[in-house]
Amino acid sequence: MPIWPYIVASVIKSAVVLVVLLTAVAYTVWLERKVVGHIQNRWGPTRVGPFGLLQPLADGLKLLIKEDLTPPHVYRPLYIAAPLIAIIFALTSIAVIPFGNPVVVFGYSIPLQITTDVNTGLLLILGVTSIGVYGVALAGWSSNNKYSLLGGLRASAQMVSYEISLGLSLVGVLIMTGSFSLRDIVDAQAGHFWGFIPRWNIFTGQFVAFFCYLTAAYAETNRIPFDLPEAETELVAGYHTEYSAMKFAMFFMAEYANMITVGCLATLLFFGGWHGPVFGPPIVQAVLPVFWFAAKVFVFLFIYIWVRGTLPRFRYDQLMAFGWKFLLPLALVNVIATAIAVTW
Amino acid sequence: MLSVHLILFLAFGAIALAGAINLLAQTHPINSALSLIAVMAALAGEYLLLGAEFVAAVQVIVYAGAVMVLFVFVIMLLNAGVEERTRGSRVALLFGIPGTLLGSVLIAWVILQHSATGSVTAGAWGDRVSQLSSQAVPGSPETIGPLLFHEFLLPFEITSILILIAIMGAVVLASKPPSAPVLPREGN
Repeated sequence: MPIWPYIVASVIKSAVVLVVLLTAVAYTVWLERKVVGHIQNRWGPTRVGPFGLLQPLADGLKLLIKEDLTPPHVYRPLYIAAPLIAIIFALTSIAVIPFGNPVVVFGYSIPLQITTDVNTGLLLILGVTSIGVYGVALAGWSSNNKYSLLGGLRASAQMVSYEISLGLSLVGVLIMTGSFSLRDIVDAQAGHFWGFIPRWNIFTGQFVAFFCYLTAAYAETNRIPFDLPEAETELVAGYHTEYSAMKFAMFFMAEYANMITVGCLATLLFFGGWHGPVFGPPIVQAVLPVFWFAAKVFVFLFIYIWVRGTLPRFRYDQLMAFGWKFLLPLALVNVIATAIAVTW
Repeated sequence: MLSVHLILFLAFGAIALAGAINLLAQTHPINSALSLIAVMAALAGEYLLLGAEFVAAVQVIVYAGAVMVLFVFVIMLLNAGVEERTRGSRVALLFGIPGTLLGSVLIAWVILQHSATGSVTAGAWGDRVSQLSSQAVPGSPETIGPLLFHEFLLPFEITSILILIAIMGAVVLASKPPSAPVLPREGN
């Protein structure tokens, strides 16, 4: 097989995924403002377009043409590099996520993911997200501001602590599947129990793992109830206090892109990926798996926002005690229990 | 003709070397730490080229992602400033550079000598390793798992005890100064 169709397909897929992802990021922000608004008995954005649907465009334009202010006494190279690191690694992690079964176009089988199916796809995502910590940490340090520094320190300590629980919560799924490949993990969840309960990992005994994963992922993405790094009541805005215009927008986009990645991973690992009822004419059958995948990711994004509108923020010592003394042992117990159950 | 493989190997090698040299040349600790991250990432690329996907991913997660985050964290926490040149550091520079050159030449010579005769590794485990590396997929998780937990269980466990000792040492060093008891307290 010649290499050029592969390259062309990769470029097209990257472009499509990037556009979809960035649009999803913009509209997750809109959804968050709308849903949190309704939770708090307000309307949220209503003025720009019907239901405020054009608000993300207006926001984007504002951030683009706003003055890009660099405060004096910052450490310039890292001050500029930090938002780039954050956004680049947030967008990279989507590359190995599969969205559906391979489709055949002009005789070539094209997998619905940017890369081909990498053997260690899950580890790759973990690696990329663990590098993403530097964006936040370096932003806090290079800003030369006490609030930023405290935010950066909190973020790096929190992310390193919860990464262990996050990794361990995935081990249960890996033991059951026996593969690091995301596609294998999804394929292992095909089928039903007794004809109607889907064979998703969440229903095959990985509920505790899912709880650990979701909690740790909320902490990893610095979202409420774990948004200590940007706790506005004590730290102004935390690590991005000194950032404005597009540099600030990059942190913002990185946060929401990470939320989407978390939703995709939760869907793939615990909720059967693109598996769901498939029916109708061939064209509908081809689109439905991707639709199910997107719908499941949407549910996770909605839960993210719901949690934000509901829960208060942890205190810092509570955060650390919860991570190390409750979540980590729980994840370890789940690994041991799964291993025993599987060897039986 | 240069293959893609060789070009990538040279590129990653160049990044690793440049990062290592920059690590020594920089006077600010945070720049040195970031250079070390570049070295780690480049090494992960080299592992990937060798077909060891698992080792490459773990290299990024553990070294570039976890260990170096703690380095950066400590530098940030202590707010470490720019390094100063003292007389001791100049003496170290005077002897260190020739010494390092001599050491690397020696290592390169030994490796070249032995690779000419065919065996780089030695001993029973060495034979086993070279036997394994001739297999089809040496770096896949399926081959590494049984190796770590069956054949090389003892070295693996000894390493983890070594790390445990290091952790306990860190706890002892970081606990309260002499007025309080030096040993870590139970519970809490």
